[in-house]
Amino acid sequence: MVEIPVLAVRLRSVVALAGLYPLLAGVDLDVGPGQILAVKGPNGAGKTSLLRVMAGLLPVAAGEATVLGLEPTAQARELRRQVGLLGHRNGLYDDLSAEDNVRFCVRAARLPKTAVPVALDRLGLTERLRRLPVGKLSAGQRRRVALACLVARQPRLWLLDEPHAGLDADHRQLLDNLLREAVAEGATVVLATHEASVTALLADRVVTMSGGTVLDGTTGLDDGPVPDDAPVVDDGPGPEREGITSVA
Amino acid sequence: MWRDAVLVAGKDLAVERRSRVALNQVVPYALVVLLLFGFAFDQDRPLLLQAAPGLFWLAVLFSGLLAVQRSFAIEASDGAVDGLRLSGLEPAGIFVGKAAAVGLQLLVVEVLLTGGVVVLFHTRLEGAGLLITSALLSTAGVAGAGVAYGALSMGLRVRETLLPLLLAPVLAPVVLAATEAWRSALGLSSADGWRWSGLLGCFAAVYLAGGVLSFGALMEET
Amino acid sequence: MRNPQASSSSRLTRVLGWSALAALALNTWWGLWLSPPDVVQGQFVRMLYVHPAVATMCYAGFGLCTLASLAWLWPRLRSPRWDRLAVAGAEVGAVFCLATLVTGSIWGRASWGVWWTWDARLTLTAILFALSLGYLALRRAVDNPHSRALVSSMVALLMALTVVVDHYATSWWVTLHQNTTLFKQDPTVHGWQLATMLVSFIAFGLAFAWLVVHRYRLEGLEERYENEGLVSALEARRSEVTAPLDVRPGFEGDRSPSRAPAEAVSQ
Repeated sequence: MVEIPVLAVRLRSVVALAGLYPLLAGVDLDVGPGQILAVKGPNGAGKTSLLRVMAGLLPVAAGEATVLGLEPTAQARELRRQVGLLGHRNGLYDDLSAEDNVRFCVRAARLPKTAVPVALDRLGLTERLRRLPVGKLSAGQRRRVALACLVARQPRLWLLDEPHAGLDADHRQLLDNLLREAVAEGATVVLATHEASVTALLADRVVTMSGGTVLDGTTGLDDGPVPDDAPVVDDGPGPEREGITSVA
Repeated sequence: MWRDAVLVAGKDLAVERRSRVALNQVVPYALVVLLLFGFAFDQDRPLLLQAAPGLFWLAVLFSGLLAVQRSFAIEASDGAVDGLRLSGLEPAGIFVGKAAAVGLQLLVVEVLLTGGVVVLFHTRLEGAGLLITSALLSTAGVAGAGVAYGALSMGLRVRETLLPLLLAPVLAPVVLAATEAWRSALGLSSADGWRWSGLLGCFAAVYLAGGVLSFGALMEET
Repeated sequence: MRNPQASSSSRLTRVLGWSALAALALNTWWGLWLSPPDVVQGQFVRMLYVHPAVATMCYAGFGLCTLASLAWLWPRLRSPRWDRLAVAGAEVGAVFCLATLVTGSIWGRASWGVWWTWDARLTLTAILFALSLGYLALRRAVDNPHSRALVSSMVALLMALTVVVDHYATSWWVTLHQNTTLFKQDPTVHGWQLATMLVSFIAFGLAFAWLVVHRYRLEGLEERYENEGLVSALEARRSEVTAPLDVRPGFEGDRSPSRAPAEAVSQ
């Protein structure tokens, strides 16, 4: 039986704006299910914006987007329930303890409270660390608390923005294991990173972003793409906004 | 929605319990404001007595501005706003929860300020039913309007200055009506305090309903 | 494609503008010379030929803003032109609001020696002015056009409801404090006074319409300017794309000395 894989993420000529500045200037990207995709690129290339579009946080101004079978702008609420985003900032409440923070995440997602200690254990957060207000923890520990929130929610799509930053070698290994486990249970992972070790060892596939576009987003889903000399861009259906032309 | 509201209110109050900002900062600020009014009115006893309800509600207004600012500051630090959006919580529930938390904090401030007014301005408390009813309705209105406008200033750079500018004129009728209700309760005027309380109820209803309906959209856009 | 004209003038605005000017001139002449002074108020009744009209246009402006905001929020009707109309109404309304406060204050000062009276209408107008300043400040603070339209239309509606509450609050408040019998009931007008007052309404009405049309078009022009800016911004953004990166393991793309650094705004 030939299985036609349903893409976890499919983007065609996606434009996203901040006011009038184009954060994404026509992105084409396919991500297969159960993949770990690494997105590389210089600062300002649009990696964070790409993740936010996939999370349904940044509206799509033009182009087509399908994430987990849903339209990120129209069906944002349903999409967000199935997505976990870890951005540059952790999104924690500094005055509350790690345990309180994770418990809030879990109960907001209507999951049972038992997920909380499991997640905290998995991230190696000791009893003592759990009770301290998060504001008093180190940057790496806060990152782990934020990851614990994510782990507890078990999303189908993990979106991580430079997750290894601030973690020591042991915890990086822990994170890598976590991600592999998540993928083994059917999740898809997209992470933005600068780090060579991630692209080499962890990721199934690597794409590069520059100038608000993905340079090789739709070539070869199974193996790491070999870039041509010229950027490959798929001219998708015309964008809705008047006056915008596709990349020549 | 109610479940989410209770969760968010609990979270906000837990943050308050740990950080004690309302207790340690907003309450003393309110009491100092009362003191300053005393200085401004040059200790004029009969005048202060007459003015006490108005000054009380002004002090509550200023405290309310601070409380709302604080309610959104805890979300803005560390980017918890995105967390709220992604959390799967119903926006209407987030609104009600935050408004409830702000309202409860304001009620605490009001109780302490009442003590302040009794002591500093020599007010004698009477007409407790009217005092309490109008206070509850005013607080609901201030919290509802505050959180509704706070939502849309959540992501803006100029939040700290824009929010007072937006809220102060909006809360003007609350100050007006609450003052008149209290003046009636304390026997300082012959007005019908219950009619004023009715108006306060209308205001609270408008903003609580308006907030529930619009919080979702407002949270997304800023 | 839109008409390529780059100004907000047109035959309509010229007609409006000139007739407004003519009507205002007529109003001034009749108001200051032709119509007689009032039995009770003397010369100060002449304020009748400015203040009520200006106040009405102020309410018209804010009413326009509220209705346009409602229209924008209505799913079937949504269109950017409602948002443009809303801001035009609000800004012109704010200008007339200030004029109302000033003329009302001058009238009070001229007639009864006080710059301000706490009468219901004037107080309500003052609150209205403060609310409009907040609304305009909010619009300036939001960059994204869609967000700006959504947020300001919601705020406009909330403020409109607040004004209803304010109306009751201020009128009850004023009847409570009877010491403000100072300020006028509207004097009974007849003959020349009535005619001049009608002329004033027409004059200020035309001026109001002229301002609103210009402001509406100005907003449209700004949007067009920004959209064209968007096209070039998109091109500029895409031109940041640098030569394809070498993806051999161990290669840190953004530390390569051979690549020109992309000068991009850091997100």
